[in-house]
Amino acid sequence: MPKEFEFEKSIIELEARIRELQVISESGKVDLSREIQAITDKVEALKIEVYGSLEPWQIAQVARHINRPSTLDLIKILCGEEFVELHGDRLFGDDTAIVSGLGSIADHKVMIIGHQKGHDTEENIYRNFGMPHPEGYRKALRMMRTAERFGLPIVIFIDTPGAFPGIGAEERGQSDAIARNLAEMSDVGVPILCFVTGEGGSGGALAIGIGDRVFMFEFSVYSVISAEGCAAILWNDATKAKEAANALKLRATNLLEAGIIDGILPEPLGGAHRNHQRAAEEIVKVIAAHLPILKKMTREELIENRYKKFRSMGRFSCEEELENA
Amino acid sequence: MGWFDKLTRPRRDVPSDLWKKCTRCGEVLLIKDLAKNLYLCSKCDQHLRMPLWDRIALLSDDNSFVEINREIRSVDPLEFVDSKSYGERLKESIAKTDVNEAVTTGRAAIEGQPYLLGVMNFEFMGGSMGSVVGEKLTRILEIGADEKLPVVIVSASGGARMQEGIFSLMQMGKTSAAIKRLNRASVPYISIMTDPTTGGVSASFASLGDVNIAEPGALIGFAGPRVIEQTIRQKLPEGFQRAEFLLEHGMVDCVVHRRVLKSSVARIIRYLTACTGS
Repeated sequence: MPKEFEFEKSIIELEARIRELQVISESGKVDLSREIQAITDKVEALKIEVYGSLEPWQIAQVARHINRPSTLDLIKILCGEEFVELHGDRLFGDDTAIVSGLGSIADHKVMIIGHQKGHDTEENIYRNFGMPHPEGYRKALRMMRTAERFGLPIVIFIDTPGAFPGIGAEERGQSDAIARNLAEMSDVGVPILCFVTGEGGSGGALAIGIGDRVFMFEFSVYSVISAEGCAAILWNDATKAKEAANALKLRATNLLEAGIIDGILPEPLGGAHRNHQRAAEEIVKVIAAHLPILKKMTREELIENRYKKFRSMGRFSCEEELENA
Repeated sequence: MGWFDKLTRPRRDVPSDLWKKCTRCGEVLLIKDLAKNLYLCSKCDQHLRMPLWDRIALLSDDNSFVEINREIRSVDPLEFVDSKSYGERLKESIAKTDVNEAVTTGRAAIEGQPYLLGVMNFEFMGGSMGSVVGEKLTRILEIGADEKLPVVIVSASGGARMQEGIFSLMQMGKTSAAIKRLNRASVPYISIMTDPTTGGVSASFASLGDVNIAEPGALIGFAGPRVIEQTIRQKLPEGFQRAEFLLEHGMVDCVVHRRVLKSSVARIIRYLTACTGS
């Protein structure tokens, strides 16, 4: 995966130019502050122009940028040394594509669960590119039940291309693991807050996505199938991903309109991969605003409201057509 | 052309309206004979895909099935167009199958026991699950919980319906949550997985039965075999993701021959309701 995209090439070139000028300027021989300021202004204007008008397909690429803040990046900023990672599903193994543990965010002690991708090839192989096996979902569910037992709210970060399609995954019941999480999450008696931070890839994302509140980052996506997968099936041509990304309406704004998510977290200019700290600050704001409200609800209220939330999702018509007319 | 067209399109070398070729042994079978033989191959006993109304007749007592929520129809929330518009695809499927959606639901009786039945129809856009499939199934699951009536769902599906985007994905959550409610009410839910049961249907309500039954030879799995082969760049082992493979790996309770499916389901329901009174 490239570290830069075609559409941000000119921005990156100008930023490199600024750095060059800064080096020259700092060497003290010439004062280039005016030139630097001029280019900086130009870059800022360009960023607003470029990132303000990204196409769905471009957003899908930003969402999987290799430097995108991962769950552990966010945990490090949010919880620091206080985080205690907890491993394993107690059935088969420990899935490195999902991480979980105890942490503190905005003065709330919480259970944190999230998909984990890597920032380079080696790390991505270790993390299986953030694509969980059944044991990852079972670990997540075990953590949720532990959280429930001790009244800890659950914070979830969603960022996966999807559940892993492989022989072992099928043998150990990928379908069962996902389905069971969907059913059980509807029955967890503590608040659940979900954040789609990057890729919300289909059932593999939803399997930890049944929350009381679900938020998406501005340049994240959430979809029933990847744009490439959809293109391969419907157009028989994976290169039609751009068209598929448009058709699938997978942007945060689309999902908010559809009533699937509860809010959008703004990203720093250029995308969250350019500033992890700012991304984490947005999460803190949302948790500080929503968790106190959810904490006041009873177990029954949480479960009933969560059921109603997902129960209402879907669009259909109920009118009897004049079939015999 | 969608994947469901390809999967459901009859083979060209056999006139499709009168004959069908066995998917395992290749025997050419007369459709009228097949219908009398529960769509089992007379030569190798392969369980071929059973049409919707034959399946309903197989699982319910004579004339006991009363359809409900037939009027719920799909809309086109994304205004989705690939080589055809979603609206056109729906119209074609309705014309071809004579039902409004990929699942038909109703009240019925099985060996005298009233229950709720949902049967998916693979002929309707590959049995894909959109908002209507999710809604109709959720409704029978909710009726089941309210009235203490057992629920049986027969799955046959390639997965979620892409044309409804995120709405189709959310049906997985919706139906699974409704099953959890049924569980809490101690009302039995029997899932019958037929060929094929994959993707978002396999990874939601189809896997959540109190008892999961598979038909012999049925393809059942989360990811399609082609996707797995492309991902891991290996040939898949013989029998991978077939009903018997799932039984061996502990994912289904039993693989049941179609000739005894009705009596098996009825017996299981009698056991599971013996002490709860539902």
